[in-house]
Amino acid sequence: MALILDLAVQAAQMFLVLALAPLLTGFVRKVKAHLLLRQGPPLLQPYRDLARLLRKEVVLADNASWLFRAIPYLIFAATWVAASLVPTFATGLIFSWSADLIAIIALLGSARFFLALAGLDVGTSFGGIGSSREVMIASLAEPAMLMIVFTLALVVGSTQLSTMAGYLASGEQGLRVSLGMALIALIMVAIAENARIPVDNPATHLELTMVHEAMVLEYSGRHLALIDLSAELKLLVYISIIACLFIPWGIAAGNAAPQALVIGIGAYFAKLAACGFLLAVFETSIAKMRVFRVPEFLGAALMLGLLATLLLFVSRSL
Amino acid sequence: MNALTFDVAHLLAGSLVLVSFMLLYQDRLYALLNTYALHALVLALAVASQAYAQHAPHLYITAAIALVFKAIVIPVALHRMIVKLGIHREIETVVGIGPTMLLGIGLVALSMVVILRVTPEADPLAREDLAFALSVVLLGLLMMVTRRNVVSQVVGFMSLENGLVLAATGARGMPFVVEISVAFSILIAFIVIGIFLFRIRERFDTVDIHALDRFRGERP
Repeated sequence: MALILDLAVQAAQMFLVLALAPLLTGFVRKVKAHLLLRQGPPLLQPYRDLARLLRKEVVLADNASWLFRAIPYLIFAATWVAASLVPTFATGLIFSWSADLIAIIALLGSARFFLALAGLDVGTSFGGIGSSREVMIASLAEPAMLMIVFTLALVVGSTQLSTMAGYLASGEQGLRVSLGMALIALIMVAIAENARIPVDNPATHLELTMVHEAMVLEYSGRHLALIDLSAELKLLVYISIIACLFIPWGIAAGNAAPQALVIGIGAYFAKLAACGFLLAVFETSIAKMRVFRVPEFLGAALMLGLLATLLLFVSRSL
Repeated sequence: MNALTFDVAHLLAGSLVLVSFMLLYQDRLYALLNTYALHALVLALAVASQAYAQHAPHLYITAAIALVFKAIVIPVALHRMIVKLGIHREIETVVGIGPTMLLGIGLVALSMVVILRVTPEADPLAREDLAFALSVVLLGLLMMVTRRNVVSQVVGFMSLENGLVLAATGARGMPFVVEISVAFSILIAFIVIGIFLFRIRERFDTVDIHALDRFRGERP
């Protein structure tokens, strides 16, 4: 009976993230539109887009290989697994033992690898540009992300997200400058990974600036729906990671009473809304940077991560 | 000593190192001066927290000196100097920002290895303070080495001096007279540098030190 209940909570999280991801994107778009004094699309527009794309026919290029058709499913599966493992409203769920931070990064990294392959598969020049830029960004973002993981793992003594969230929520770590640096670096990496504004513009089809859109240019119909949904899920994953590590208050323990779970879900909604709002404010207040400045941006994230790890050695060894 | 005092001191000294890196990262003069003002502000906070932790009231005066002179007077004066010299363009750096950052990380690691090895018996607060202070000093030196513009070299020198103040406050029993005289000698140095800056500018029509090297015949 207890097992069934645990499975039910885990399944609830899996479907909650899937259901919330388009809403989060819609919310960010709505806030951005309001900040620009426009009305903006309705909150539920991403769901409608997905539903419409699912109904549409798939148009494939003549020289598209089987990989091109398989990749949307691979990307979606990897991202969904990552999203269902990250602690959102509760820690210590039944599959939480496998929610290692490095494993989640690897899942997202393999999804990106396949997306870059898909950009190259059809052989158009846009896809090639997009893939090469995406790989350049990834090769800089991933070392930075790993340094952040090292910092957090040194503080907590574990790389398992559930344990980390529990430890950080308890407040035993005290006030640490390294954690602040790790937070800033993680936000920078998250912005780069999700193709948000200073690095890439998610709303453009202008060929000189696009990275993510260039790779998925050849997709249509249900394939495009899956890729869009994966991108929305990825944003949710990163916001959830930031929320469970740096604002872990209100998160419920896995074996908690139902009312704790309800509080956890409420807190999770509030955190998502707050992070989405801040993201929209940040995106409207900053201009997109040139592609060649992205290495500097991510280099700063890498440097922050390195510095955070170094400073940790001073405080730990004393 | 309770854990929170140590954490606050660690936080502020660590932020000072971080702001030193921000100084290295800036490539515009105005942004550089604003970051320097931030550097001095963080230094004032760090010194004040040390004063609280060590129960040494005279350190509050040091903090106030840092706040008034370094966070307000010197940045404003440098700002006016830049306007007078008419140089709002980018700073040329000898090596690019990426390698400089990596060098800086290496220097921070070096200073930690050195300080933590040589002071195993000291008070933890003093140890971490000295480690961070040495990093700030080395980063200031790095900034003086990598920049060609005289104004940014002056900023590097001032940030180096901030590191010295941090070290001085971390070590107990530093006489107050020494701190006062250091603070004022820095001010004097600043004035002298300012005069030299205008002399260099009058003579060579530039504040790029490579012009001086050429003049001495060291560089074709």
